Formats: sequence, C-alpha cells, structure tokens
Amino acid sequence: NRNERRRIGRGKLRLQKWYVALSDTQKKKISREVIQMVLARKPKMCSFLEWRDLKIVYKRYASLYFCCAVEDQENELITLEIIHRYVELLDKYFGSVCELDIIFNFEKAYYILDEFILGGEAQETSKKIVLKAIEQADMLQEEAEAPRSVLEEIGLT
Amino acid sequence: MSPSVCLQEMIRVIRGARTQGEERGVIQRECAAIRAQFRQADNGGRSHNLAKLLYVHMLGYPAHFGQMECVRLIASSKYSEKRIGYLGAMMLLDEKQDASLLITNSIKNDLSHSSQHVQSLALCTLACMGSAEMCRDLAPEIERLLKASNSYIKKKAALCAVHIVRKIPELGEMFTPSAHSLLSEKNHGVLHGAVILITELCERNPDNLKQFRKSVPELVQIMKNLVTSGYSPEHNVAGISDPFLQVRILRLLRILGRNNDAASDAMNDLLAQVATNTDSSKTAGSAVLYETVLTIMDIRSESGLRVLAVNILGRFLLNNDRNIRYISMTSLQKIVQTDHTAVQRHRGTIVDCLKDQDASVKRRALELSLALVSAANIRSMMKELLLFLSTCPPELRSHAASGIFNAAERYAPSQRWHIDTILHVLVTAGGDVRDETVPNLIQLITAASELHCYTVHKLYRALISDIVQQSLVQVACWCIGEYGDLLLKGECEEITPMQVTEDDVLDALETVLQSHMSTPTSRGFALTAIMKLSTRITNNVDRIRSVVSIYGSCIDVELQQRAVEYNALFKKYDHMRAAVLERMPVIDRNSSGQTNGDPSVEPMKEFNQPKPVQGVLIQEPANQVCDLLDLLGDSNPPLLVTNDHTSTAPNSTNSTSSNVQDNLLDLLGGLEPTPAPSVTVFEKGGLSLKLQCDQQTETSTTVTFTASNSTQSDITGFNLQAAVPKSVQLQMKAPSGDLIPAQGCGTVTQTVLLSYTNKANLKMRVRLSYSSQGTACQDMVQIDSFPSPAWS
Repeated sequence: NRNERRRIGRGKLRLQKWYVALSDTQKKKISREVIQMVLARKPKMCSFLEWRDLKIVYKRYASLYFCCAVEDQENELITLEIIHRYVELLDKYFGSVCELDIIFNFEKAYYILDEFILGGEAQETSKKIVLKAIEQADMLQEEAEAPRSVLEEIGLT
Repeated sequence: MSPSVCLQEMIRVIRGARTQGEERGVIQRECAAIRAQFRQADNGGRSHNLAKLLYVHMLGYPAHFGQMECVRLIASSKYSEKRIGYLGAMMLLDEKQDASLLITNSIKNDLSHSSQHVQSLALCTLACMGSAEMCRDLAPEIERLLKASNSYIKKKAALCAVHIVRKIPELGEMFTPSAHSLLSEKNHGVLHGAVILITELCERNPDNLKQFRKSVPELVQIMKNLVTSGYSPEHNVAGISDPFLQVRILRLLRILGRNNDAASDAMNDLLAQVATNTDSSKTAGSAVLYETVLTIMDIRSESGLRVLAVNILGRFLLNNDRNIRYISMTSLQKIVQTDHTAVQRHRGTIVDCLKDQDASVKRRALELSLALVSAANIRSMMKELLLFLSTCPPELRSHAASGIFNAAERYAPSQRWHIDTILHVLVTAGGDVRDETVPNLIQLITAASELHCYTVHKLYRALISDIVQQSLVQVACWCIGEYGDLLLKGECEEITPMQVTEDDVLDALETVLQSHMSTPTSRGFALTAIMKLSTRITNNVDRIRSVVSIYGSCIDVELQQRAVEYNALFKKYDHMRAAVLERMPVIDRNSSGQTNGDPSVEPMKEFNQPKPVQGVLIQEPANQVCDLLDLLGDSNPPLLVTNDHTSTAPNSTNSTSSNVQDNLLDLLGGLEPTPAPSVTVFEKGGLSLKLQCDQQTETSTTVTFTASNSTQSDITGFNLQAAVPKSVQLQMKAPSGDLIPAQGCGTVTQTVLLSYTNKANLKMRVRLSYSSQGTACQDMVQIDSFPSPAWS
C-alpha cells in the first residue's frame, strides 16, 4: 500500500499523489521533511530511507527525484520497479520525457499515473495496455473539446 | 477583467517571476480571474480554469474555492470536463471535506456509464479518496462490476474493493465470492488486483484465511505458469515474466502458509523452484527472489528450504548493488534470532558493511552485528564495534554505545576487559551514553576489587588528558575520591603507574571544579572527591579545607550545600570525618538509587527520595500511570502476593520503582526480596516448560524459561523459538544447552529479554522442537499473561 508518491525537481515539488487523508498543513510538513531527506542523499547511497513508521523508496532520473512512501511490509525492490515503470510510461508518452514536460503538462502526468496506479496499488502490469488506455482517453478528450459544428450550435444535432 | 490566459501561458508567466513576491502577485491575479470565471454560469473554459487552479494549488497556494467547481465539472456530460473534475476532486477534496459527499451521486452514475473511461475515472477517484460513507453507499456497485464487466473495469473494481475493505472491514464478506472467482481469469491486470484483494481479505479476517487456503494449489499453478512460460513481451521485465504479479502472489502465499503445515507443504516445491531458477542479475529478479526468501522464512518450510533462503540472503550481502545489500540485512535481522547459526556464517560480511558509506546500510549492519555478538566472538566483534563507534554518524552513536554496553555486560571475558571497554566508549562517545552509565560503571568498578589500582590509574590518566566527556569525568572523579590512596602509592601490577603527588591529584580535581566545561553534576562529583581525599592523603588537608570553605559561598546551590556540610564535617564533626568518608562497600546493583547518578549520596538524603519520585509519578504521562494502577489493582490475576508474607501493600502504593522500594525497606530493617515465582506454561508427555519474570520495569521484562523432563529417557535437540507482536522487541540469549536429562535430573534454561511500550500488548508465542524417545516433536504454546515479580 503506497501512501504517497512525489516527484521533486530542484527542491520543488512537481507532482504529488496522496492515498491517505491528511490535512493540507500535514501534507506540506511531510513533503518538506521528505524532500529535505532525499535531497541530502549522496549519489552512491542506497535507495531506501527509514522515516517514522514508513519506508521511503526513491530514485533519481536526471533532475527529478521520484519518491514513494510505503508501509513497512512492502517489498522495496518491487517498489523501485514500479517507479521505473512509471518513468518508462512518461517517457513513452512524451517521447524522451524531461522535467519541462512534466511541468507544463502536469495534468497528463497525473492521468498516466492514475492509469497505472489505483488506490495506491499497481492496477496494470502491461506497459502496452496502460499506454493504449491513455491514448483512447486522450482521443475522447479531444472529441469532447472539439469545436461544435454549426448544426450543433443551433441545436439541430 | 483581464482575458484568461491558457494554462501553459500562465505556467510560463509564473515561472518567469523573479521573486517570491512577484510570483505571489501573478498568482493572486490569476486566482481572482479564475474565481470570477467560476461564478459565471456557463463558459467553455471551465476545465482550463480548473487546471490552472490545480497548478497553483501544487505550488502550495490555497485553492478551496475550486472545490465546488470540481463537483460541477464531475457532473458535466463532457468527458474533458469530467476528467479534470475528477482529478481536481482527488487533489482538493479528501474524505474529511464535506464537499466530498456531494460527488457520491455523480460517482454512482458514472460507475454505470456507457464509456469505460468514465467508469474508470469514477473508480479511480473512489479508490483514492472515498470516505467510509461513500464506500458503504457504493459497495454494491463495485461488487456488481467485479462480476460483470470487461477486464479493464474488473481490475479497477478489484482495487476499489480493496480500498473499501480497508475503510470498512465488515464489507469484506461482500467481495469474498467474487474475489475467489477472479483467480481463474487470464488477464494479468485482473489477477494482480484479485490477489491484492484476497490478501487484504485474509489479513482482515481469519475465516477468510481458512477459506482461501483452499486456493493455494491454484495460486501455485499460476506462479508455475509465470515462471516456466516462455518470453512474453507484454509482461517481461529484465527476463522475468510479470515480476509485479509474482511478488504479490508470493506475498499472498506467505500469508496463507503461515502457521499451517498443509498449506506450507503445498507450496514447498514451487518456492524451491523459484528460489533456484530466478535470475537475480537485475532488480526485477532480485525483487522476486527477495519476496520468495521472505515467504520461505515465514511459513512452515523444510529446513533444506530455509538453508537455501539464508544462502540467498548471504549472496545478496555480497552483491555490488547497495540496495540489495541493504534489504539482505533487513531480512537477516528478522531471522537472526530464530536462525542464529545460519546468520553467524555471514558475520564477516556484515561487519564489513559497518564501514559502508551509506548511513542506512551502516544502521542495518550495526543492528545485525549487535545481534550476532556471542561469547565466542566477543573480543573480535568488540574491536570492530569500537572502531565503528569512533567513525559512525552522530545519529547512530547513542544506539551503538548502548549496544556495546549490553554486549559487554553479557559476554565480558574478564572484568578488566569490561572496564576497559566501557572506558573506551566513554572516551569516544561519552556525550551520547545514557545517564545510567555512570552509576553502572561505578558499581562495576567497586565490584572489581583487585582492579581498583589499575582502574584509578587509567581514569586519572584520562582525566588529565581531557575533561570534555562529562560521564568520564564523573566516573574518574569518583574513583580518584575513593581510591586516591592507591593512586598516590604509585604501585600497580597491571599498568605502569605514574608517579603522582597529592598536589597533582588535587590540581586535576580542582580543574574539573573550576572549568566552564564541567556540568554542575560533574562539579559535585569533583567536590565530593576532593573531600574524600582528606582522609586518604597526609600533607594537603589544609588545601582541601580551603577549597571546601571557598565553595561554601558558591552560587550553585547544590555545590554550596555540599561545601557547607563538608565544612561542618571539618569543624564540628571532625571526629566522625574518617568514618563518614571511609571506603564504600561494594554497591549492590539492585539497591543503588536512580537519582542524579551520584551514588555517594549520604544515607540521610535517601529518606527524601520518595517525595521526588512521587512528584515525578504524578507528572508522568497518563498511560504510564494507568499501567501502574493496573499492576497495583485487582484486575490482573498474575499479581503475586501469595508468597510474600510481609504486609507490603501500604508501601507499594506509595512508590513506583522497585529500586526505591528496596531502598526504603532496606533502611527500615531489610526484608529479603522473595524470588519471583515461576508459572508452568506448557506440559505434555513429561516435558514441562516454566516461565519466570525478573527485573521488570515499565517497558521491559526479563523472562527465564526452564524446561524439565520427567520421562524415563533424555530429551535431545531441545530448541525454543519465540515470536512476539510487532510492538514488542525480543532478544533471546543462548540456551544453557539442548539436552534435558531424564527424570528431572537437570533442566535447560533460556533467558529472553523483552522490551515494549505498552505492557498490555505483551504476548508471546513459543515453539518448542525436540526429540523424545526417538520421535521428533514440535509444539506451540501461546502466552498471554506474564507473572509480575513479587514486590519485596
């Protein structure tokens, strides 16, 4: 059960997803603490941190840190794989994803996350299926946003 | 009103702001525009405005005014608006907000929407932030979707069900039948969700556990298919076929096989197969192997399989990848008590990890190293541990120091070694040791009477080189005060003595007294030591007299009081001085008062102690007081007063720590503490196991098991394993042996140290394995209550 996952770039939070109910103040405090801890880690250190009664699993990709706070009984190694899978999905979607992609298209990054992880657990283990679902959803969105035809406007369709 | 900019433009402008103030200005303007737009009845840009608001929210700015807009957008018929609306709901609404209830109806409708993507949005949102109320309302819908929908929806419904069960465990019943049938699906996503759902159901309810044990063969088959199937590009990760699913199945098998022989047997072969064949060159494979090891160690596996698992962990220890080394040590920590010998084999590698750069790895290595210390390896291990202490990160020093002390106490090969070790720790990390270290060390020193001369020389040397470490300073002062005569004699067998004059000694003590680095406690020690020397030296008594009289007007009240009393000792009571200041008797561990660490307090002062202790009692946190009331109340049957022939009841309500209790009674004429009675916890076929609790404090107990044998033949291979709930920590000492002689001619004892935060949670399950009359036996006993040692 994953409690929260975060992407941090240059000390700034780019994305965050919470799977437990906490107040905004609590979330801010936790984010600050975890960001501090993770940014203090040196390059060769292991990807796991113990924090309160949780484990923080993090991995750095270029300028972004991807962190997951998981419960004690979670398998840390598979959590690393989950992080990696998410990054792969982003990469495939944006085509060589970089931090700016995530900043300017943050809602898409969330949509991709929500198609991969549900309620804190991975919902689909096939990369192909996740990407296909996003593609279809994007098409639906485009159709919905498409300018209305003249006939629609005057109510004839 | 300024024209609304598109999302990307707004982001660009915000990022272009050069100061925090500028950024705030931009955002305030944007938020004002957004708020105005929200108020407008119908406008096409609603989803874009919400997206902008969500961005602003992510930067940390308040966005509550967007909540209702989320509700509105979710109810829209346009997919684009629903999509952002639901995202907004997950970001801005949580179960604690009232507005979250307003979306329940929309979610309900959308769960039956014709488009699976809309259904998906609803399911995702429910699983992310659904409150208990929402879950209760919508559970039937989820159950319906579990049974009759396509795999895309089924897999999401399964995880939604998991969320519902976590919120309202009783609803688990509703999903149990569907969960079972989902196991026959081929789709990996659905299987993955189903396995997680079943895991959750089993963890919540033991009845489910029983029922799903029947699915073990099915799960084993699914795993086998995954492991032996050919390359499947869709699910392959670094050569492993769907490692995510494999790990979840292994975890479920662990839960099903725990404490159950039949289930464990059924999965034995599979686990062996996975353990042997999984390629662990990449993380995916290691993850599967790791989960397999955890499962093997937790179920009732054959010993061969266990050995295989420990060897895998040993291999992991040598892996280049630091992550793998780290998790290997976490796992070894879990089994170090039960499979001690197996883990000992890897002691060398573990000790090497103490030198790792990474603090997390160091921490793990420290824990494991401390657990692996034994009488056989104490000297070499202590060398490594002391080396570690001198270079370890500050956050680990206190833990390392207390671990070293514990190990030294249990396995010290000689008193001199023990004292040396403690001194070494004080020199290296004196600032990080606990308060009890000082009185403990003093007690140890007094007990080692042949070493007084050696000890005082060593401490004197330490004192004159450095007075920064207060605990060391305190012990040194105390020793010099006590054994100053030995120091001045200048003879010592164990160490080359320094030629020390009386002035040198007094100089050293006065330096402590006057230094700004010394704490008030240390100064108190120094003053008392100086005073004691007045009966141990010959030439400089006047010097002492003048020091003592100067401090009679010291600002520090404690020092002043001492100085005044010592002055009085010089003047009015000079005839008593020699007697009062003579050599102290060996301090008995149990009767040393737990006050400010200065055991050289005169007997008169101890009568005052009950009051401060009581004062502390009242201020103590509520739950501790309740614990005490429990112990002293009538609700706890194990409270033993039967063996105790004295009427201690009135006294026991007045004080807490049994140490102070002992003190009072000792002063009042001494009652022998009655030995803690033992309780028989297990009896079968002539083998009986008794339990005895000693040294009980609020947070720890020492339990001693005694096994005896009344049959005609010896019991061999006797082995005791213990398990405790998560909130309790367990440390098992080595047993006295593994052979229980027949006809009660001898016993096997084993001591277990327990520490916990709440005594009410203290339970233990003990597994006994042994051979009796040619047959191997295994028994389990659950211990729910522990006898309290008798108040003396």
